[in-house]
Amino acid sequence: MKPASFDYLRVHSVEEALTALHDGPEDSKIIAGGQSLVPLLNFRLAEPALLIDINDLHELSFVRRVGGALRIGALTRHSTLEKSAVVRDGWPLLQEAVRFVAHPQIRSRGTIGGSVAHADSAAELPVALAALDAEFVTRSVSGSRRIPWRDFFLGPMTTALEPGELLVEVRVPLLRKSHGHAFVEHTRRNGDFALAGAGVVLDLNSDRRCSRISVALLGAAPTPVRATDAEDCLLGAVITEERAARAAKMAAEAGSPSGDLHGSVAYHRSLLEVVVRRAILAANLRVQEP
Amino acid sequence: MGMQRISVNVNGADVEARVEPRLLLSDFIRHDAGLTGTHVGCEHGVCGACTVEVDGAPARSCLMFAVQVEGAVIRTVEGLTASAGPEGWSVLQQSLHEHHGLQCGFCTPGILMSLQPLLTAEEDPDETQIREALAGNLCRCTGYENIVNAVMAALAQVRSSRAA
Repeated sequence: MKPASFDYLRVHSVEEALTALHDGPEDSKIIAGGQSLVPLLNFRLAEPALLIDINDLHELSFVRRVGGALRIGALTRHSTLEKSAVVRDGWPLLQEAVRFVAHPQIRSRGTIGGSVAHADSAAELPVALAALDAEFVTRSVSGSRRIPWRDFFLGPMTTALEPGELLVEVRVPLLRKSHGHAFVEHTRRNGDFALAGAGVVLDLNSDRRCSRISVALLGAAPTPVRATDAEDCLLGAVITEERAARAAKMAAEAGSPSGDLHGSVAYHRSLLEVVVRRAILAANLRVQEP
Repeated sequence: MGMQRISVNVNGADVEARVEPRLLLSDFIRHDAGLTGTHVGCEHGVCGACTVEVDGAPARSCLMFAVQVEGAVIRTVEGLTASAGPEGWSVLQQSLHEHHGLQCGFCTPGILMSLQPLLTAEEDPDETQIREALAGNLCRCTGYENIVNAVMAALAQVRSSRAA
């Protein structure tokens, strides 16, 4: 339960971090909040040769609105997102989702960049960011990339980040002021990893027909996925209880949840159906008068 | 890379040590700083027994390395008695004692360090917020009810002393 030996480098600028990643041993690892990485080290599931500590990179800790869109620095703590007025006013889904992340003592250290780069298949923030059509900005010594969420999450704990690349920023497009949102999940205990979850963002027209919707699923696949069948079912329709139930059923049937010690595949699928239905209905109710 | 020299303020006193990078903050606090009030349970961030304050915010000391707190301010359960009452305990410690909020006591230091910020925050938390703050600490003895009762009582005391 003690980590294997590693070398440790505390960097003071992004450039220094990128150089260290580039020049360091192949199995170098960035440590930010460490709330997912350190358990892996303590269990010796990971034994990196070098830890590059980016906690002093204050330039990567920010939440700001730029041209209507949201920009979040990778080192921004969960607890900062939780309290951010910018997030609350413009992208409340993100705030609802971050409150499901573990416990206050974890959120005080954990970072949005860490949640995204770690890419745990049961993590809330990647799913919320999929619902919000986020993109991720990376940097390396050879330049910068912008990667849409769809191309970023490749598998459980596997992302499109190349060796030598550092995730520096999360960008979320502007939402309509009147949009409805909901993040619903099921856990066995408060703060546990969710067995199933759904993030929904939608717009309604003046006749209350759905003009835009995204339904992102947690626990339906090894990565965040969008329930496109369910989205198509709701688009253009008035969202009634029946319509939401039908869309939720489609989302659950299209998903491929895996069974675990907490329940069978069928149980996970039925949980998915429940959380999707609840999230759609809650988001629909929250739309301000279009 | 071998040992690294760190200097960290623990409960108001500067502690200097040479540490291996892999030394967990929890082990540093217990073995280097000699403060064994911080308990080590699961060592992977689940049980909450090792919770301490790092620069004012509660954090798991088993999920940080000692080298990371160079220059930081740490407060452990031993630091609570700085605001001591007649028994040498803080308001929350006294209240846990009076309301039977602990039995074996293993989880208690982590619970105190998790709940202490509720007593110093500006707002008045309700029972739901207390339970939310407590959710990251496992206790196998009390069933939590008496802990919640103790925090409610401590909050009432803090409120009345604020009003006075």
